[in-house]
Amino acid sequence: MNTRLLDLVLVMLVIGTGFTWWLGETGHAGPAAVLTILAIAGVKGVLIIREFMALRGVKFFWPAMVIGWLLLVLAIIMAAYWRGL
Amino acid sequence: MTDPAAAVGSARHPPGDLAIWVFILAELLAFGVFFTVYAITRMKNVALFDEMQLTLDRRAGAVNTILLILGSWCVARSVAAIQLDQKVKSARWLLLGIAAGGGFLVVKLFEYSAKLGAGINLATNTFYMFYLSLTFFHFMHVILGMVILLAVWLKARKGGYSAADHHGLETGASYWHMVDLVWIILFPLVYVMR
Repeated sequence: MNTRLLDLVLVMLVIGTGFTWWLGETGHAGPAAVLTILAIAGVKGVLIIREFMALRGVKFFWPAMVIGWLLLVLAIIMAAYWRGL
Repeated sequence: MTDPAAAVGSARHPPGDLAIWVFILAELLAFGVFFTVYAITRMKNVALFDEMQLTLDRRAGAVNTILLILGSWCVARSVAAIQLDQKVKSARWLLLGIAAGGGFLVVKLFEYSAKLGAGINLATNTFYMFYLSLTFFHFMHVILGMVILLAVWLKARKGGYSAADHHGLETGASYWHMVDLVWIILFPLVYVMR
């Protein structure tokens, strides 16, 4: 594992979390806010899966299953919010 | 620093025991169903969910997200250390990861205490039924993850893992990262999105 990369991922995850929290605190709502928040969650999730879980470079099936789960769940949430907004 | 992922190519098995990955996929499926049901229920009760969401402590949710991210990072650093045969360093990183998990539990208990003190419970309304059950389901996974990490740490501090043999450490780490991954969706879904 590349420790510098792990540190960089940590910084990105913290920034993403801070931005998500800020969007909530400032009352951002609606389709654009939901899309932005889910996109941030998606990027954070992929970073965790690839770098912390160390699935980067692993046989295709495993990262495909976990990243596929992440994208499917985010897509379902997006669709449900879109209809409910 | 070497990067085995880049060096070996795309033929590696996932880190740790294969059984833990089957378990992780099952857990992800369960959380995925939970998230889906929450989102669909919210779709039919937008006003209630938006109103109740404002009663949550969003700052506590963000602090807990940071704690889980830090915990995951510490455990990833522990794996990186043992790959370089740095046994003492690896055990210390693990302990820090466990401490971050403990911090998460403390913050969550304060949140639960505030809600229960205000008379809120599973029967209060649909939103709180989901909030309490979903976050408590995750809370139990954090505890399980900490128990696993504690067992791994007990072995690590006695020098039980090495660069050549750290399968058990990777197994525990994989489960811990799953707990973090699930919260990455749970936090924005329950605390932020409206």
